[in-house]
Amino acid sequence: MKTLLKILFTALIAISANAKEIKLLNVSYDPTRELYTEYNAAFTKHWKAKTGDNVVISQSHGGSGKQAQSVVNGLEADVVTLALAYDIDAIATQARTLPADWQKRLPNNSAPYASTIVFLVRKGNPKQIKDWDDIVKKGVSVVTPNPKTSGGARWTYLAAYAYALDKNTKNDAAAREFIKKLYKNVPVLDSGARGSTVTFAQRGIGDVLLAWENEAHLVLKEFGADKFEIVTPSLSILAEPPVSIVDKTVKRHGTTEVAKAYLDYLYSEEGQDIAGKNFYRPRSEKAAAKYAGNFASLKLVTIDGEFGGWAKAQKTHFADGGTFDQIFQP
Amino acid sequence: MASKLFRPKKIRVLPGFKLTLGFTLFYLGLIVLIPLAAVFWKTSTLTWPEFWHTITMPTALASYRLTFGASFCAALVNVVFGLIVAWVLVRYEFFGKKIVDALVDLPFALPTAVAGITLAALYSQHGWIGQLLTPLGIKVANTQTGIFIALTFIGLPFIVRTVQPILEDLDPELEEAASSLGANRWQVFWRVILPMLTPALLTGFALAFARALGEYGSVIFIAGNIPMKTQITPVIIMAELDMFDYAKATAIAVVMLVASFALLLTINVLQWWTNRHNTTNLA
Repeated sequence: MKTLLKILFTALIAISANAKEIKLLNVSYDPTRELYTEYNAAFTKHWKAKTGDNVVISQSHGGSGKQAQSVVNGLEADVVTLALAYDIDAIATQARTLPADWQKRLPNNSAPYASTIVFLVRKGNPKQIKDWDDIVKKGVSVVTPNPKTSGGARWTYLAAYAYALDKNTKNDAAAREFIKKLYKNVPVLDSGARGSTVTFAQRGIGDVLLAWENEAHLVLKEFGADKFEIVTPSLSILAEPPVSIVDKTVKRHGTTEVAKAYLDYLYSEEGQDIAGKNFYRPRSEKAAAKYAGNFASLKLVTIDGEFGGWAKAQKTHFADGGTFDQIFQP
Repeated sequence: MASKLFRPKKIRVLPGFKLTLGFTLFYLGLIVLIPLAAVFWKTSTLTWPEFWHTITMPTALASYRLTFGASFCAALVNVVFGLIVAWVLVRYEFFGKKIVDALVDLPFALPTAVAGITLAALYSQHGWIGQLLTPLGIKVANTQTGIFIALTFIGLPFIVRTVQPILEDLDPELEEAASSLGANRWQVFWRVILPMLTPALLTGFALAFARALGEYGSVIFIAGNIPMKTQITPVIIMAELDMFDYAKATAIAVVMLVASFALLLTINVLQWWTNRHNTTNLA
């Protein structure tokens, strides 16, 4: 027994002497599990080939807001890959572990891949849901998470709002009425995107799930394309889930270089290909062309263009007493 | 001075009163009081109007009503049915009794999220129980009824386990004596057994009620979490945290804390009163 331990110990020392082992923690949001599982393997290989070092990447997933909160409270994330810029902003302002202008450091608003909000309906589309107007009809049951707790749900809410604004020539009151009708059709407000997916796909609740595009494709893959189908509305929002290193943490861990490379590699052809394969809209033309068949074209509005940025949208819509709260007030 | 205050009046066989009391205070301080103080401290960053505004938001008010109401009803139902379970387990011998006895503890041991997912699956409109209830027009999942059921589930062992030992100590001869003195069955239960059990039932009720107030895991899966309708207070607290508003989250937590403390204190006083009432009666 003792000799066995000794051998193990020397072996361990030998391994660690040969190649440095670097640990990296990626704190991400709910539906990126599959994407980063695949990407981490690719990056580990890439880094090993380039430097000879082993990178061991741990992933953490959960509701975007909750994840950001954990990082503020001291979770030692080297990189954060969250659902919306607002959550990384919160880390910047509350924990001050990264600069306020973090979003300017990488191309495309620091979002290496984009997504949008689409509808997932049951096979055959029994309620004939084609666009946003169909889901506010009486008797249609809609599943979406709570925008107060879920990043994806905030994108969803804003997509619906943008549609209503577009349709009613920017009339705010009409848009509010529309959104009120929409949320009256929601029987369950889960706290995160994955929770809603389970409610809809596994528990069989609702006629339509308002979901991340990648999540909707994932459901088709997991549960079979014979059970659900994706409906792309005429207008939706360009969701840009951003990424950033956490400056102070990587400095302390001595992982600045590898963390930066980890995020940069997301923009490489391989990184973009993995994003496309996992149903995120790639930014590179090559990968976008390769996966074009997966993504229906639709009119996409941006948060900055339509709502004046996250800080403003948050205050008007999701803060206490905001338009979301008003929906439920008698 | 202090040592005089704390000196026990009687001489005890086992020494160490000061040491154990010191330890108790330290332990309670470390485990209970410091975290609670932190809640109040965090809340104090709000001004009074802000605090008042936060705790009286319509969604928050609706959630207090729901949380306290459903917890109260669930604990009350458990008092009745938990007493029956305890009675059966103590007074009768039957095949599989040990298994039934162990089953009672299951809600204690089961991770609450597991309980929640299971209940939600059972009571959803396609679930085993849900599909039987749907044609009758009864909806459980994603309604207040669902919350009530989840809270009843987690509260049951508290009543059974507090009442069981008291029932075991209860001598059946007392009932026989009452009966031979002319009391009918109802009177035996109402005048003899129930008064003896009341303190234990109250403790069990308080425990189940307190547990239900703070319950999160098992409820969120079956509740639906619609503001004003099926959103329990802990969900509101989580929502505030998700928006990085720690002060508001703790403000609502303080309301829960103060209300729970007041209720538990009331129940304790009630218990003390029934205890005294019983002893004087017996004397």
